[in-house]
Amino acid sequence: MAMHGMRGLSVFISDIRNCQNKEQERLRVDKELGNVRTRFKNEKGLTPYEKKKYVWKMLYIYMLGYDVDFGHMEAVSLISAPKYPEKQVGYIVTSSLLNENHDFLRLAINTVRNDIIGRNETFQCLALTMVGNIGGREFAESLAPDVQKLLLSSSCRPLVRKKAALCLLRLYRKNPDVVNVDGWTDRMAQLLDERDLGVLTSSMSLFVALVSNNHEAYWTCLPKCVKILERLARNLDVPQEYTYYGIPSPWLQVKTMRALQYFPTIEDPNTRRILFEVLQRILMGTDVVKNVNKNNASHAVLFEALALVMHLDAEKEMMSQCVALLGKFIAVREPNIRYLGLENMTRMLLVTDMQDIIKRHQAQIITSLKDPDISIRRRALDLLYGMCDVSNAKDIVEELLQYLSTADFAMREELSLKAAILAEKFAPDLSWYVDAILQLIDKAGDFISDDIWFRVVQFVTNNEDLQSYAAAKAREFLDKPAVHETMVKVSAYILGEFSHLLAKSPGCSPKEIFNIIHEKHPTVPTSTIPVLLSAYAKILMHTQPPDPELQNQIWAIFNKYESCIDVEIQQRAAEYFALSRKGAALMDILAEMPKFPERQSALIKKAEEAEVDTAEQSAIKLRAQQQMSNALVVIDQLATNGAPPPPQVNQLSLVKMPSMSSTADHNPADQALSVANGTLSTVDPQPPSADLLGDLLGPLAIEGPPAAAVPSEHNVVSGLEGIPNVVDGAAIVPVGEETNSVQPIGNIAERFHALCLKDSGVLYEDPYIQIGIKAEWRAHHGRLVLFLGNKNTSPLVSVQALILPPAHLKIELSLVPETIPPRAQVQCPLEIVNLRPSRDVAVLDFSYKFGTNTVNVKLRLPAVINKFLQPIPVSAEEFFPQWRSLSGPPLKLQEVVRSVRPMPLLEMANLLNSYCLMICSGLDPNPNNLVAGTTFYSESTRAMLCLVRNIIVSVFDPGN
Amino acid sequence: MIHFVLLISRQGKVRLTKWYSPYSQKERAKVIRELSGVILTRGPKLCNFVDWRGFKVVYKRYASLYFCMCIDQDDNELEILEIIHHYVEILDRYFGSVCELDLIFNFHKAYYILDELLIAGELQESSKKTVARLIAAQDSLVETAKEQANSISNIIAQATK
Repeated sequence: MAMHGMRGLSVFISDIRNCQNKEQERLRVDKELGNVRTRFKNEKGLTPYEKKKYVWKMLYIYMLGYDVDFGHMEAVSLISAPKYPEKQVGYIVTSSLLNENHDFLRLAINTVRNDIIGRNETFQCLALTMVGNIGGREFAESLAPDVQKLLLSSSCRPLVRKKAALCLLRLYRKNPDVVNVDGWTDRMAQLLDERDLGVLTSSMSLFVALVSNNHEAYWTCLPKCVKILERLARNLDVPQEYTYYGIPSPWLQVKTMRALQYFPTIEDPNTRRILFEVLQRILMGTDVVKNVNKNNASHAVLFEALALVMHLDAEKEMMSQCVALLGKFIAVREPNIRYLGLENMTRMLLVTDMQDIIKRHQAQIITSLKDPDISIRRRALDLLYGMCDVSNAKDIVEELLQYLSTADFAMREELSLKAAILAEKFAPDLSWYVDAILQLIDKAGDFISDDIWFRVVQFVTNNEDLQSYAAAKAREFLDKPAVHETMVKVSAYILGEFSHLLAKSPGCSPKEIFNIIHEKHPTVPTSTIPVLLSAYAKILMHTQPPDPELQNQIWAIFNKYESCIDVEIQQRAAEYFALSRKGAALMDILAEMPKFPERQSALIKKAEEAEVDTAEQSAIKLRAQQQMSNALVVIDQLATNGAPPPPQVNQLSLVKMPSMSSTADHNPADQALSVANGTLSTVDPQPPSADLLGDLLGPLAIEGPPAAAVPSEHNVVSGLEGIPNVVDGAAIVPVGEETNSVQPIGNIAERFHALCLKDSGVLYEDPYIQIGIKAEWRAHHGRLVLFLGNKNTSPLVSVQALILPPAHLKIELSLVPETIPPRAQVQCPLEIVNLRPSRDVAVLDFSYKFGTNTVNVKLRLPAVINKFLQPIPVSAEEFFPQWRSLSGPPLKLQEVVRSVRPMPLLEMANLLNSYCLMICSGLDPNPNNLVAGTTFYSESTRAMLCLVRNIIVSVFDPGN
Repeated sequence: MIHFVLLISRQGKVRLTKWYSPYSQKERAKVIRELSGVILTRGPKLCNFVDWRGFKVVYKRYASLYFCMCIDQDDNELEILEIIHHYVEILDRYFGSVCELDLIFNFHKAYYILDELLIAGELQESSKKTVARLIAAQDSLVETAKEQANSISNIIAQATK
């Protein structure tokens, strides 16, 4: 070990350590800072050694937490010193003292650049390290190309290249607009072939950043990642120094699996098989061992493998294996594993169909709520919150309420908010909801926001059956000796409003109710008094015939507050007093409050907003979005097979599940149509639509053999499609417009178009329902799940969904329940088979009843032609001969679009890409032409290669 | 990614800070204050992770010193925990059974080594052997420069005699 000590520095550090107290330390630091400042002022007399020493002292003082507001210049100037020792100190101290926003850094850019492009490899390393740690925009602008060159240079040694990779990562992460990564596909692929594991580790980090931004460009790298993972997992050819406690670089394994999670899926069956073999090996082959580090490293790999399995939507069997594994983890002694088990189980909730299996572990999760470690308790709370639905809300909320009294203060607010939200969302019946919230207020008064008690008042006011129950409960709670002021408020409000409903019960005469409320009067703060006054006025109004004694008592109170210093109280007192003397007028003015308009819960809104705030461009979020549109609040994950929901209590009737055929007879014309569709093909009645999608897909369309149009069918379809709103883009066709008083939220056509490019999102939304979609496409098969979410606290009834499929699609819709329970969501899977090419669109005819409103909408389903495409790269040798061999229609279609503003090439390329047409760059001699290839799948044609040139389209059928 | 690395002693003294995300001087002081409060008070036998302002802090105690790294919510916690251990092993190898005093008086060494391990908040090298080799090479460069300086100054000193 070489210690090139600096005596001055050591002496200073010893001095600081010998200080008896903070004051002495400060004096010593001030003295030193004064000394350094004077020495720097007279810079000429400083030797490089002294300069180095003072700069280190500055860093030390800075680290102790003192402000160092001078000397930055000296630190930066050391960077340009000619000798290694000074340069090294300059770089390190600068990158520790400053951050990317400091102006001083600008002064160093030139020197840094010279070091990077110079031949001295140790200088290159220093410069790359600093830029990698604190480089900002200006560094990205002037250095990115040089750094890229170093990374790819074959003459550079690994020690330089691995630093260049991470340096580039930083510049790219901070300024993706400045660092140009076009054409990096091949370079990245080349980097992933790297043999040196240090360089590969750094390159993999860079790769993760690149794919997270745009996975489309890096499909070709996917098999390489799988290969790397396989090599590490099987420990093939991994140098000893890169194994960590016997595990081949756990970090590289984790990173590689992280990169794979940014690809939506893995198509190639062979690659998929290899990957799943590796994953299976990791899942099953990781044992708990004695050595902590070995355990941590192997479990780091295991948890990443779990995340990847979840992401890839593996077979149900493997998923169940994962849940079983997690279930084991949440019960082990080792706290880290418990924590991660809970965290990953929460992530698992996003996977369709896993909720029921996770629910089996509910008891253990509830136990974790009492873990000695707050980090673990938080994870358990998150998980319980996420897994709660109508079936287990009772248990979970009651458990949370019980836990409230012992929970740490740091968690109580979050806990009570979550309990309130769950109670509202999943209440099996409303009286239970009232019980839960009142208990919540009783136990956690200080942590209850006004939103929570406002909400319970809204519910009680809007539900007549609930009012006397709530009043009785409120009276019970108010009877307790020490009551929180929020409880006084909510009870006083409810009793004022509804206690007359109890008048016949023992102990509930107006006078008695008044006494119970008034007993709390001396203990409440001023802010509660107005609520009490209103309650008194209401009690007075409800007391028929009037009770003179009670009247005098209440009048006396009003009188007393008429001179109150608080304006609100004064006004109420004065007004109530005057009103209560007017007799009949009092009845009108103080009559029961009208019902509140149906509105979104402020609590749930708050929770959703909080979620948006913390949303990040992170893998888990992306994953979550791929799983399910984030706009959907998953409330009740019913089993997709249409099984009835778990038994429900009281008001909420059991949901009936009529079969498709029984709903179909409701509309004989539609049924006839669906039968006709099986055998007949149709002439496309759809006029060319004005939207971009239509334009682009138009030329691709391959018309089926012309067949006689069936009149009735034609009518129905054109009735759907031919309405003028093709132009304005509104796809909703109000069949009986007069009955549709419900306005959709958002533009339906825009939602449809967005879904043509994406596989999940919202298809339709109005104040009562939200219909979300999640789809998966494989060759000519598709599976589409409709998520029907009831946004209200009352059930939606007479729900009917009917598919009007065009001739070329075979669509099977599973059962749709007739009723959607309050705040619940049902999933209805659709199986789709593409029989032959066509550009017709399937339509979902959807209707439901809410109260007296009948809503009926017809929605285009995004099962459009490009969903059956799979991009395929084509080489010049393949493209042109085939292109030329196609003579003309019907195999080659040409459409000239005149007098339109040309689209920028890049935009056009992106657009084609999003339609799953793979751009093959550099094929066409004319750089303004775009060439693309794709494979089209349908049952009659099987796989079919399609080639596109510019926007000239040709279809080539290898069978012909 | 790792947003910052902190080394804090049991008494709350800061032994090393490295910031990969831009924090101003004020924010840095606040972060250190807050986290010392959270981490130093945690008992033994609890897990090594703490939720903090939408981030996660992974920490581990070695004798009197806490090594802390702040990461994003969805990063792999155990991976980071082992980066900490990896760093400690390299320090241990370099100093020969490292103790807090080594890091106090040679804090600049701790910085050099950290820079060979992490850049941009990502792991750059997972081979202890390679890191040790690179640090040794740096040391010898500094030694050589010192010897040269000494010999030149000797020459000058002798010449001016």
